[in-house]
Amino acid sequence: MSARKIRVMVAKPGLDGHDRGARILARFFRDAGFEVIYTGCHQTPEQVASAAIQEDVDLVGLSCLSGAHRILFPRVVELLREKNASDITVIGGGIIPEQDFQMLYDAGIKAIFTPGAPLESIVEWIRNNIKTKE
Amino acid sequence: MYFSDETLKKTQHLTEKWQNEVQKTLQTHPDRKNRFSTVSDLDIKRLYTPEDVKDVDFAKDIGAPGEFPYLRGNQVTGYRGNYWTFRMFSGMGSARDTNARWHMLLREGQTGLSTAFDFPTLMGYDSDSPKALGEVGKCGVAIDTLEDFLELIDKIPLTQVTTSMTINPPATILWAMYCAAAEAKGVPLAKIGGTIQNDMLKEFIAQKTFMCPPEPSVRLISDTIEFGAKHVPRWNTISISGYHIREAGATAVQELAFTLRDGIEYVEDVIRRKKMNVDDFAPRLSFFFNAHIDFFEEVCKLRAARRIWAKVMRDRFGAKNPRSLWMRFHTQTAGCSLTAQQPYNNIIRTTVEALAAVMGGTQSLHTNSLDEVLCLPSESAVEIALRTQQILAEETGVANTIDPLAGSYFIESLTNEIEDKAWEYIHKIDAMGGMIAAIEKGFPQMEIADAAYRFQRQLEANEKIMVGVNKYTTEAQQTVPLVEIDEQVAGEQMKRLQNVRRRRNERAVRQSLTDIRTACKTEVNVMPYCIEAVKNLATLQEICDVYREVYGEYRDPGLY
Repeated sequence: MSARKIRVMVAKPGLDGHDRGARILARFFRDAGFEVIYTGCHQTPEQVASAAIQEDVDLVGLSCLSGAHRILFPRVVELLREKNASDITVIGGGIIPEQDFQMLYDAGIKAIFTPGAPLESIVEWIRNNIKTKE
Repeated sequence: MYFSDETLKKTQHLTEKWQNEVQKTLQTHPDRKNRFSTVSDLDIKRLYTPEDVKDVDFAKDIGAPGEFPYLRGNQVTGYRGNYWTFRMFSGMGSARDTNARWHMLLREGQTGLSTAFDFPTLMGYDSDSPKALGEVGKCGVAIDTLEDFLELIDKIPLTQVTTSMTINPPATILWAMYCAAAEAKGVPLAKIGGTIQNDMLKEFIAQKTFMCPPEPSVRLISDTIEFGAKHVPRWNTISISGYHIREAGATAVQELAFTLRDGIEYVEDVIRRKKMNVDDFAPRLSFFFNAHIDFFEEVCKLRAARRIWAKVMRDRFGAKNPRSLWMRFHTQTAGCSLTAQQPYNNIIRTTVEALAAVMGGTQSLHTNSLDEVLCLPSESAVEIALRTQQILAEETGVANTIDPLAGSYFIESLTNEIEDKAWEYIHKIDAMGGMIAAIEKGFPQMEIADAAYRFQRQLEANEKIMVGVNKYTTEAQQTVPLVEIDEQVAGEQMKRLQNVRRRRNERAVRQSLTDIRTACKTEVNVMPYCIEAVKNLATLQEICDVYREVYGEYRDPGLY
């Protein structure tokens, strides 16, 4: 059986509408050969977790620029765990101060990318760290 | 501009000679790169000459300040009478925290106020809504009821200072709070001045702070425009905004074209729905633009904006009052041009952008703080940003003469080019059936997405440069103190809100919500009922829930 493509969900939890980065990434992921689902803005953590499971994705990329990441990112991981979907990798990006990195790693966020990160570096991280499901 | 045949002939000769020299020089000294373009990717020529502006008619196309086509500004005396308004966008935590920042800014010489609300307020949710989780007080001030609002404007002289409020879906409600607060302080509505952003079309296009679908959203805006024209004559009931369109990745031309086309859509709706004469409300329409990093492109964009709008109002809508032809605008420097890397460089970027806004003749200006790419601005960072404007105004001499860049071959040529390209978009959207129809097709959204993606790819290919990001990078970190909003703010705000809910007259609240519902379902203006409701301490979300119930909710189609 040929390997299936990496399935990625780009998600915008919270109320902020700063979606320039998320939309650029979604397009870049598509061009990189991933299958991409973009949630659009204003998703609750519950909506993100449910959609990730329903879409059977390998990875969720969370984007938040409002400062609510400390609450919203860990909540998504927690909900995936509750729904027995810990195999879905969660990474995050946006305006995230370095001092918050450790608490996000501790909460189960696997990588954090902040403004200025080359798009290629994010794709590379995903290729190196995601094994697609059978 | 007029040049004699002899001058043009000589110019042509000189230019040809120069071009030969260029070809020779390129053999030994090639250019730094193949293509020279603006940040928006407009091609820029090596040299501009009288040839480029020979068709410009000074009297018709440039004219005098305060005269059609207002290219050189609305004001006959330029900045000699008054500088632009120093208006810093601010809001954080609780109403009390924000009020303290406002008083600090006024003490330091700010001349107008501008309010940043937190996301729950912007989206029409109360602080205790599950949707507000993690967001209360984070990106601005949390306002739930009139009591918060009264605290926000505590000891602010409402007849002397104008207040701008960046608020969109719940604009009717925040404006109602301002009106009710003025009344509570004994200030007549005719004496208060300020602005509500109240521009929903650009939310669907770019900023994504939306609640109800486009049609009813525009209807509520027409209600405010009508109410303002009749009762609050010094209020700008809309600030038609290109800022967020640009921040979402649009080019300068797209920013200009989509903003002006939005303006056309609003004017058409008021005329059709309210049967008002254009001159009865057009003078209170205001605009808001971005000042991005490409200096000349921005100056030309702002000059072109005034000229296009004057033509639109005169020729398309038949406006007679000169004030209807004025495009009055606020400008903010470009948040998206700032970098988290080497953040002190942001002071320099903001200075250049602020200068472009002034050269473009802005009426009002916000200068970004160096730390805004990382967090809400600290007091010391805001002070530098405000001082940037004050130094430009008081020390550099740039405000001594009106529209000083006019007449430059390059400036007039680029102004024309930007205007022509903006008209192309405006006509295209007209042909689609207007801006709401275009939004429903995803047209402006995808044009912007394409431009944003193109810029990002150019950045990654080092075709465009951001210092500290893809060139002149350093390992050493510049650190700035970060402002953090305590999670306690949310808890306290919820307590305040619950306390108000306990004390208020429930029956009066229910009645005023019913009145708003009835107004929404008919063509009756909602504003008087909103003022009544906020006086009765109805919450922001309670009123928004009525809008959602009657009009339905708009969901992000998630285009990319």
